[in-house]
Amino acid sequence: MPSTAQEATPRAAGEVILATTTSTADTGLIDALAPLFLEKTGLTLKPVAVGSGAALELGERGEADVLLVHSPAAEEEFMAGGFGGDRRTVMFNDFLIVGPEADPAKVGEAATAASAMAAIAAAEAPFVSRGDDSGTHALEKKLWKAAAIEPVGAWYTESGSGMADTLRIASEKQAYTVTDRGTWLSMGDVVELPMLHEGDAMLRNVYHVITINPANGKEIDTAGAEAFRDFILDPATQAFIGDFGVEEFGQALFTPCADGRCAALATPVAGS
Amino acid sequence: MSDLLAGLVEGIRLLLSGNAEVWSIAWLSLRVSLGATMVALVLGVPVGAVLAHRRTAHGDLPPGTARTLALGAVHAGMGLPPVVAGLIVSMLLWRNGPLGALHLLYTPLAMAIAQAAIATPIVAGLTAAALNGLDPGYRLQLRSMGAGPLRETWLLLREARVGMLAAVVAGFGAVISEVGAAMMVGGNIKGQTRVLTTATVLEVNRGQFEMAVALSVVLLALVYGVTLVLTIAQGRR
Repeated sequence: MPSTAQEATPRAAGEVILATTTSTADTGLIDALAPLFLEKTGLTLKPVAVGSGAALELGERGEADVLLVHSPAAEEEFMAGGFGGDRRTVMFNDFLIVGPEADPAKVGEAATAASAMAAIAAAEAPFVSRGDDSGTHALEKKLWKAAAIEPVGAWYTESGSGMADTLRIASEKQAYTVTDRGTWLSMGDVVELPMLHEGDAMLRNVYHVITINPANGKEIDTAGAEAFRDFILDPATQAFIGDFGVEEFGQALFTPCADGRCAALATPVAGS
Repeated sequence: MSDLLAGLVEGIRLLLSGNAEVWSIAWLSLRVSLGATMVALVLGVPVGAVLAHRRTAHGDLPPGTARTLALGAVHAGMGLPPVVAGLIVSMLLWRNGPLGALHLLYTPLAMAIAQAAIATPIVAGLTAAALNGLDPGYRLQLRSMGAGPLRETWLLLREARVGMLAAVVAGFGAVISEVGAAMMVGGNIKGQTRVLTTATVLEVNRGQFEMAVALSVVLLALVYGVTLVLTIAQGRR
């Protein structure tokens, strides 16, 4: 175990600040985990839901103790910069390409996610991007890159909003978008955008827990961060994550895969 | 339309059924925003009183340049976007920021501070307006009766109570209904800093429109209840 000795004694406050993504908040997962964490450790979780980009920024500034994010390339950069302590896989879900029922760009017939994106661009069919440096936005940009397309034009718009808002906007405009499965499922009938493409290896969405390097700022609660890391990797919590959403949506929103048990499943991490 | 109706019904049901979570969220909204309004009154009323034009029976005294500039700043502050107040307060309260040692970020107190920053210029501006709207002879009359400056201001504020009620209602209304600062400074943490407006945003994001409408109904009922109490209290004086 790479966990180091606890030189930095935690403050007595007993509060751990977790910077995480909108998808974990909008699906309700974080709200469900917080009381379990309190029960298990006696520590109060303060989850702050922002995009993965903003979460990493908060970590870099030492304004969070621990991160739960899904933006592999940016995470690698973060770790290479020495801002992180320990980084482990927690769970994954997957991204989907959703769009209008009529599917004017014939995305449903595309063999790969990249060719689906190419088909949207070729048809100049309306596409709504998050445009907010979130993990989902990063994945979308990666897909455009894989398709060797620079998305510009009147058909391509940026919502600058979270996943749920973006889905609603895309639904109103009957446009295509890339979404994580959890948020899409949790929106239910509100969004009239059927799933058109799934399953490509590039569409796998892996969440990592990252403890923050205590050197990033004053008063980083390393012990609290490690407690959260150990909690979310704990078999009982992992089982809870695996069941989460089954009751409400008929299928699980996330697949737990702590400590490399899903290494074979995980998208190879770009960069170093 | 059916969502809206269902939400209304659900909202009324939530109000009546005593749903513990909704009540604790509503109670927190009320505490934070009433606290912020109190602070805004303590800070804003004196500022407004100082900035009100000194009038005499012979007409207005020319307002000083400093006073005009300050009043202009207060009027501009009345339009302070909550998200800007939230951003400034959260950067001050970041634990590596100037006030980080207080450990206030993501607490109800931090939300009250940001909301007080939003409400104070509103209270100050409307206090000045209320005092300026009084009959100029009244101040002179008070003075001739030998009232000191503090007593004079107190009696003027009493005389201007209709305008002062508007100041309180506007200040409270602005903060109980804002979402930008509460979200940024509070973090919308369940059981800790989730208030009616941020809970509504979350339910909208989750696609639970019925619940979002229900929370809105609770918010509107709360605002109506508080302003009604204030109106009755004002009428009795």
